[in-house]
Amino acid sequence: MADTKTVAPKEGALERSWNWLTETQIWKSVFRHNAPITDRNRVLVVLSNVFLHLHPVRIRKSGVRLRYTWCMGGLSFFLFLTLTFTGVLLMFYYRPTLEYAYTDIVGLREHVPLGIMREMHRWGAHAMVITVWLHMFRVFMTGSYKPPREFNWNVGVIMLVLTLLLSFTGYLLPWDQLAIWAITVGSNMARATPFLGYEGPGASLLALGDVQLIHAADDARFALLGGTFVGEGALLRFYVLHCVGLPLAIAVLMAVHFWRVRKDGGISGPL
Amino acid sequence: MADEPNVPASGTPAPKPAAKPAPPSVPPGLAGKTTSAAAAPRRPAAKKKVEDDTSPLLSRRGWIGLAWGSFTAASAAGLAATGRFMFPNVLNEPPQQFRIGFPDEYAPGVDERWKDRFGVWIVRTPSDMVQEAAGFYALLVTCTHLGCTPNWLSAEDKFKCPCHGSGFRPTGINFEGPAPRPLERARIVLAEDGQILVDKAQKFQFELGQWADPESFLRV
Repeated sequence: MADTKTVAPKEGALERSWNWLTETQIWKSVFRHNAPITDRNRVLVVLSNVFLHLHPVRIRKSGVRLRYTWCMGGLSFFLFLTLTFTGVLLMFYYRPTLEYAYTDIVGLREHVPLGIMREMHRWGAHAMVITVWLHMFRVFMTGSYKPPREFNWNVGVIMLVLTLLLSFTGYLLPWDQLAIWAITVGSNMARATPFLGYEGPGASLLALGDVQLIHAADDARFALLGGTFVGEGALLRFYVLHCVGLPLAIAVLMAVHFWRVRKDGGISGPL
Repeated sequence: MADEPNVPASGTPAPKPAAKPAPPSVPPGLAGKTTSAAAAPRRPAAKKKVEDDTSPLLSRRGWIGLAWGSFTAASAAGLAATGRFMFPNVLNEPPQQFRIGFPDEYAPGVDERWKDRFGVWIVRTPSDMVQEAAGFYALLVTCTHLGCTPNWLSAEDKFKCPCHGSGFRPTGINFEGPAPRPLERARIVLAEDGQILVDKAQKFQFELGQWADPESFLRV
């Protein structure tokens, strides 16, 4: 009987506690599958994880070739995560009012530790606009917009517009001269919206007798600015759109986008 | 299993009655699921439901249609209300119409005192280019190119827009840069108390010949 003791598995205290831990209900409820060391377990892990399941179960070799994808979609997503993180941090200091907006931005650079945070948000935003365009260019040049991926191309186009709108709304928030006049010029385009802008084609047709239904104080530009010029209302509306509305919309579409990549057969292969 | 028998005439029992005469080939176990004739006697509860369906008001299908209709209408109303929410009833913006004091408070030339508050330059001229008389006009400070606010450069005797370089004479006529047309003038009249009254709600455009309008220029 003494021999059997020496033959028994050598379980140190560490190993025993590891075995105990992996047998607990908590551990098993979090990690539903064994280590992904077999093909079957790898698939199960991907399929049963809410984050991973958006991703294709398997990727063809060309899918990770930098020369083929440029990793522009992945970089766009990475930049989005960076911008979300730094953006939330900036919100702890920034107040979107005429009185504080500009000085808070200056304070983020001068008074707050790691003043680089705001610069990361700014440069990250510029970079994301670039990577999103390049991603679109890559998808176009590799013909990856063709069926069955045409639906995902359209989702991507909408997200491109949302990215540009995020860039546009964030532009106003520093509330300096550049911001105010850039948004003045940009939002003046909304005046020319067909039917809904008061200087747009067809707007004069929308009238009840002598009363114009579309005028400077109720047209598309007004809805954007919350006023007839770039002022307090515009700053607040752009802030809410920039921090809540547009990010929510683009996050939902990103989930759809990634999911469609998977359902349409993973990243497209070289032609 | 419940909605076939005794459906009122108003309800259109389109697909189900075709299946009502149970085909003989249906096994007994399935018969209860496809024909209510077999189910009804077995389950009194189901029969009660059937009686509810014969409510004189509306068929079940009618009720569901009404529910979906109401839901759609409520959603549309909610959407409209959300849209309307974005247009406040009161705006904290400077008034469009305002009094700017008496004519003898102004020296000849471009006056900038109301630029920030009301968005107009008051110009007193010995002889206007259109009206050919002495008096006042009110120029709106909005550049006709893309809507920035030009600066008055007295040394160079011109308005100069910092955004894209448009230049305007003191009359408001554009002469350099991308601006496609002259600055606009606002309605300017004498109020009953003798003060000058400016009304930005009414604008006069040179290229439409509106600067000849008597209310676009205050003769003094």
